[in-house]
Amino acid sequence: MASQEMEELVSREYTQGFVTDIESDTVPPGLDESTIAFISNKKGEPEWMLEWRLEAYRQWLTMTTPSWAHLDYPPIDYQAISYYSAPKKDEDRPQSLDEVDPKLLETYEKLGIPLHERAALAGVAVDAVFDSVSVTTTFKDKLAEAGVIFCSISEAIREYPELVRQYLGSVVPQGDNYFAALNSAVFTDGSFVYVPEGVECPMELSTYFRINAANTGQFERTLIVCDKRAQVSYLEGCTAPQRDENQLHAAVVELVALEDANIKYSTVQNWYPGDENGKGGIYNFVTKRGDCRGDRSKISWTQVETGSAITWKYPSCMLRGKDSVGEFYSVAVTNGRQQADTGTKMIHIGEGTRSTIISKGIAAGRSDQAYRGLVKVGPRAKNARNFTQCDSLLIGDRCGAHTFPYQEIGNNSATVEHEATTSKIGEDQLFYCKARGISEEDAVNMIVNGFCKDVFQELPMEFAVEAEALLNVTLEGAVG
Amino acid sequence: MSAAHAFLQRLGERADDEPTWVAARRQAGAARFEALGFPTKRDEAWKYTDVRRIAEGEFTLADDAELDEARFAALGMPLDAHRLVFVDGVFSAALSDLTDLPDGVSIEPLTTAMRTNHEAIGGAIGRLAGVDFSPFTALNVALSEEGAVVRIGPGVVVDKPIYVVFASRANESARMSHPRVLVMAGARSQSTVVEHYAGEAGAANFTNVVSEVMLERGAIVDHYKLQEASSEDLHVASIHVEQGRDSRFTSFNLNLGGALVRTDLVTDLNAQGAETNYNGLFFVQGRQHVDNHTLVNHNAPNTFSNENYKGILNDRARGVFNGKVVVKRDSQQIEAYQNNANLLLSDRAEIDTKPELEIYADDVKCSHGATTGQLDEDAVFALRTRGIDEQMARGLLTLAFAGEVMDQVRLPGIAERVERAVAGKLPERFNLSDLVEVSDALEEA
Repeated sequence: MASQEMEELVSREYTQGFVTDIESDTVPPGLDESTIAFISNKKGEPEWMLEWRLEAYRQWLTMTTPSWAHLDYPPIDYQAISYYSAPKKDEDRPQSLDEVDPKLLETYEKLGIPLHERAALAGVAVDAVFDSVSVTTTFKDKLAEAGVIFCSISEAIREYPELVRQYLGSVVPQGDNYFAALNSAVFTDGSFVYVPEGVECPMELSTYFRINAANTGQFERTLIVCDKRAQVSYLEGCTAPQRDENQLHAAVVELVALEDANIKYSTVQNWYPGDENGKGGIYNFVTKRGDCRGDRSKISWTQVETGSAITWKYPSCMLRGKDSVGEFYSVAVTNGRQQADTGTKMIHIGEGTRSTIISKGIAAGRSDQAYRGLVKVGPRAKNARNFTQCDSLLIGDRCGAHTFPYQEIGNNSATVEHEATTSKIGEDQLFYCKARGISEEDAVNMIVNGFCKDVFQELPMEFAVEAEALLNVTLEGAVG
Repeated sequence: MSAAHAFLQRLGERADDEPTWVAARRQAGAARFEALGFPTKRDEAWKYTDVRRIAEGEFTLADDAELDEARFAALGMPLDAHRLVFVDGVFSAALSDLTDLPDGVSIEPLTTAMRTNHEAIGGAIGRLAGVDFSPFTALNVALSEEGAVVRIGPGVVVDKPIYVVFASRANESARMSHPRVLVMAGARSQSTVVEHYAGEAGAANFTNVVSEVMLERGAIVDHYKLQEASSEDLHVASIHVEQGRDSRFTSFNLNLGGALVRTDLVTDLNAQGAETNYNGLFFVQGRQHVDNHTLVNHNAPNTFSNENYKGILNDRARGVFNGKVVVKRDSQQIEAYQNNANLLLSDRAEIDTKPELEIYADDVKCSHGATTGQLDEDAVFALRTRGIDEQMARGLLTLAFAGEVMDQVRLPGIAERVERAVAGKLPERFNLSDLVEVSDALEEA
């Protein structure tokens, strides 16, 4: 490919970069106990919730930023971040899509995800988080009919305090890690799902996270509880407008699966990765953990990570119930100066527990990415089984791909396998495609999509389509 | 008084008439060790290995190398080789055999080499393993006295293996030694070096050895480390290898004995065409703890590495494997393969394994794999259909598991010894009395 053409492709700007101007109700930057009290008060939370937040904050103060990840970024000034921002006029929030600020709808239009159309066509209930406050929730009735609770976490704290109190922090405790502690102290919104015993959630649940107002970190808290024999599939997708200052995102996701329950959690993450010099991208420090508490329960994580300047994310499964199953399917694509340190933990505690890890990493440009995983088999996890495969594809000679898989096996009836490969796109594969009149870029996209197929087929249909498109966008200009 | 400080007390007991630069280096090692202290489980490289047994132990330096022939014969291997023997770290001229060395080969104890030619040796020693590598290398620099120095001239093919024995005696009080091994393989030379750590039953000493192997252009070195110390012995070793163009290094790290054994193996592939092969086997039982950390640095294009480590763990033994391959920026056309397979024979044994890849170049073929499990039930079944009872089938398959590494061993004396030791360590229930016969019969058939 002509180098000029390459240059053009490489320098193409983030097509989804834009800023929607909506007046925000924002607190000044800074963090202390009064900020937390402000957030809690703003959300109309009960006293115990504020106490819980403050407890987390006090733990956070004693902790230090983790430095073990294969990441390089300047220290974050937590006092320079504004911890609350909500669209104005909290009380008269739109009740239906017609009432939604047309500018917001415009935002979705630009993203190529027309909310109403999509919601109607796909039958998906959308709890769109737009700058930390739920703007609209659809299909609530249908869900209510089935007995499924799907609402914002703030609403859940007010409406279903017993449920929240029982499960919040039971998978990711307040002091679990630095970012989880910060999140526990200052989370402003997120989703809550409760699927009662024996109920199969009638539709796929999805939330589109958007980061908009400048200088606001997003601290989502998601809690999904699936009671006995219940099932749910939850979709989370993200794109963010372009801006110059780094934005911190420290979310916590907790999943609880009781006996025979089944939770599927899918993510497509396409936040702004920064410009060609790595300036201005999102810092994404996420704690995601699922607890297979009941026998024969199953938790499955699928993620497509294409955005963010820094990704620090390890969706994990605690396999406690007998014969419970954990799965992790991941595609991570980094280009430009992106850095990703991602992977999973599978903790086998119960008998007959099984886990599968499929991780595909694609590094291009000057990016760096690492797979970091732990498979731990405890002494009581008789006949535990794990299969891990992590493959890396390098595009260009300035990027890096690393694998750090930990295996701690304390049981002789366990079978644990790990395999990993690192390679580049084969010249012969490219030649084969080009000989058939396929352009180099299309050929690379085809090969990369093939490389990721094992993961994409785990995604719900419409997500898979979006993921493939995202992958192609992310890799634009990486061919060489 | 800190544990580190207690160890350094020994420093004052020795070292009188040394050249000043040696004393200075010792001081540097001591200072570094004191600053670092013993590693704890908070150090990533020591996450799974607790060295408190060493830190809290009381060890003195040995003064003599007394060991009669009969006691030595029970420890050493009857190899036809050029032999250097150290007893608790002290050189034994009586037990060594350095007669008829070929031209161009020099094999000496470190003290002799330093006395006669300290300029030539002094520059090389410590070049690959400085005080910063780990607290134990720093401690070694501070306290080392004796060791083996092997120099092979260009183009020399050494006729026999070079056999270095470190014997650990059952002493009244525990001893420690901090030996050095230095191998300088000249261009196009060919040699086999065996480091053999053997111990008497009941020996509870601490050995902290640092080896450096330098391969010049086209040199070929086979390096064996056979660890057969008693089940009380504490052992920390690091082996540092530097390879020039088109050189080939093959390591066999065979670990059977010791209470706590930690081995670091590091190779720098510094020029095109260099190739390194790591073969490892460990079989641990009781409460033995073995930790193998390997690292291959592909610093130049067109370099190759291949690693295969196998572990068998029984009882409450614990094994650690950490293998790392680093491909530096612009080191293109690399092939690196890494494999670690573990067999757990008991439900209380534990293995912690971490095969790592760190890659900064794109035109590479790298793969790694790690497996942990039990014997293949289909294979057990296949043997049983041929009239072999279950216990024996399991014994045979375990031997075969070790065999994948042992088949690469090019010194028959070592292969046989290790295979016998492995068979001897298999649990009773594997019905060993007939195992060897059956194995021979199968081989003939």
